[in-house]
Amino acid sequence: MTETRLEATGPETAVLDAVVVGAGPAGSAAALALARAGRSVVLVERGLFPGSKNVYGGVVYGRVLDGLIPGWWNEVPVERWVVRRSTMMMTGDQSLSVDYRSEAWGSPPYNGMTTYRADFDSWLAGKAVEAGAQLVTSTVATALLRDAAGRVTGVQTDRPDGDLRAKLVVACDGVNSFLAKEAGLLPRAEAEHHTLGVKEVLGLPPEVINERFGVASHEGLDIEMVGCTRGIPGGGFLYTNAESVAVGVVLSLPELARSGVRPEEIITDLKAHPSIAPYLRGADVKEYAAHLIPEGGYDTMPKLAMDGMLIAGDAAAMTLAAGIWLEGVNFAIGSGYAAGRAADRAITAGDLSEAGLSSYRADLEQQFVLADHKRLRRAPALVLSDRLQHRYPGMICDLVEGMFTVTNPTPKPGAVRLARQAAARHGVRLRDLATDTIRAARIFG
Amino acid sequence: MSPVDHDGMAAPGLESRYRGTSFEDLMATVDFRVAARAHIVVNSEVCRSCTTKACVTACPANLFAPTADGGVLFNYEECFECGTCYMVCNHEGALTWTYPDGGHGVEFRRG
Repeated sequence: MTETRLEATGPETAVLDAVVVGAGPAGSAAALALARAGRSVVLVERGLFPGSKNVYGGVVYGRVLDGLIPGWWNEVPVERWVVRRSTMMMTGDQSLSVDYRSEAWGSPPYNGMTTYRADFDSWLAGKAVEAGAQLVTSTVATALLRDAAGRVTGVQTDRPDGDLRAKLVVACDGVNSFLAKEAGLLPRAEAEHHTLGVKEVLGLPPEVINERFGVASHEGLDIEMVGCTRGIPGGGFLYTNAESVAVGVVLSLPELARSGVRPEEIITDLKAHPSIAPYLRGADVKEYAAHLIPEGGYDTMPKLAMDGMLIAGDAAAMTLAAGIWLEGVNFAIGSGYAAGRAADRAITAGDLSEAGLSSYRADLEQQFVLADHKRLRRAPALVLSDRLQHRYPGMICDLVEGMFTVTNPTPKPGAVRLARQAAARHGVRLRDLATDTIRAARIFG
Repeated sequence: MSPVDHDGMAAPGLESRYRGTSFEDLMATVDFRVAARAHIVVNSEVCRSCTTKACVTACPANLFAPTADGGVLFNYEECFECGTCYMVCNHEGALTWTYPDGGHGVEFRRG
């Protein structure tokens, strides 16, 4: 019997198959995969309800859900289906937009949707619960439980007698992942490679939104902006919900700290910009929010597995911030589900070591989650670079202004001359332009 | 729902109110379930030697206030739990940062 007692402290006789920490998109997807495989799984959420601690831009790109929840669009809590995407380059009083509209995006299977995280995250967690996962809210996972060999064997929580022992922990505890930090997989504090997102949700009547943005009641738009952040590397966004518009900015954290500018002042600037203000006239603030974003991409991702633990979602820095592509929830769901499936395979094989969990990373590399990140690994640096942030928006706006300003009786200037003038005015050398064009072609090509 | 005239524009009263949204008005839109325990503790002794005090300007909820004696005062009650302060803090031991007890703290309704 002594042997049995010894085993009782090891992972073999753990009470649960898995504990998933964090009922955001990654955690709920992981719990869904595990529950569907018939595993006993507890999904721990520190908020009162899933989504209550979460903030994003935001748009959810639903293709990742096709395989998980067939016909998801018939039941998902959607605000509007995104049928218009604009990229806006701005200076203080100019803007140039590239605006794309697709009828296809307004009907199944759709492309992107706006949704509130309180609604979406609760819905996805509900799917995990339907499949058999046990959701425990209002509970913080405060520390890892580890055996003498250092293997993770569960988590401590802030409930009385709140230790949860499991064969495996899936850490989906977000950008600040204290579990990954405790395990030494993430640095304790590192402003670099992080941005701060701040946003306001502004209430407007739905018919006003429809008219101002030229959309039908179920349709919405997404504007991504560059050149609107007072020189702090980052960008702006505007998304339409059913009865509100979300407006915000994403700001390089170290540069924000150095600038001494308060984040909400930059939103105030953006809301007053002549290209944005008319959209927001008469709106009243429904919610102000802020959240960190891990934007470093592929090269800043932590190790994804250790003995007894996997990491997914923002905790693993799986937010894609590659300029024209701003995605996160889909990467969280994709990585979370893959983590759940890898956990199930490892439990079946009886090997919960780092090596036994290595199929997780291999799976992610085969699909968009790591393939997109790997392909775009140099994008964050380019997108946040000085020229792209500070020089090109003004240069391009001046070039276009020169093209479209009718100068009668002076004859029209040639485009090349205008381009040279605009470049000189913004301190751009043609050599830099050529270098960045090649760089962009390599990254995005 | 805001009153709207025939051009889809809001009444002038609303427009001026919108432009004049104060930071207090912004923060008043957010729900907090304040815990008895402060989840962030600032060691003002350490802060006195800090010349940047990046937390004071970067915190999106504006919860850090410099004091006359060079320290920093902090109010945890309306914290977004974003992590900006400890990420930008470059002084070891100045900030002790944990999550609020389960079910407490910020409660985003839209996010």
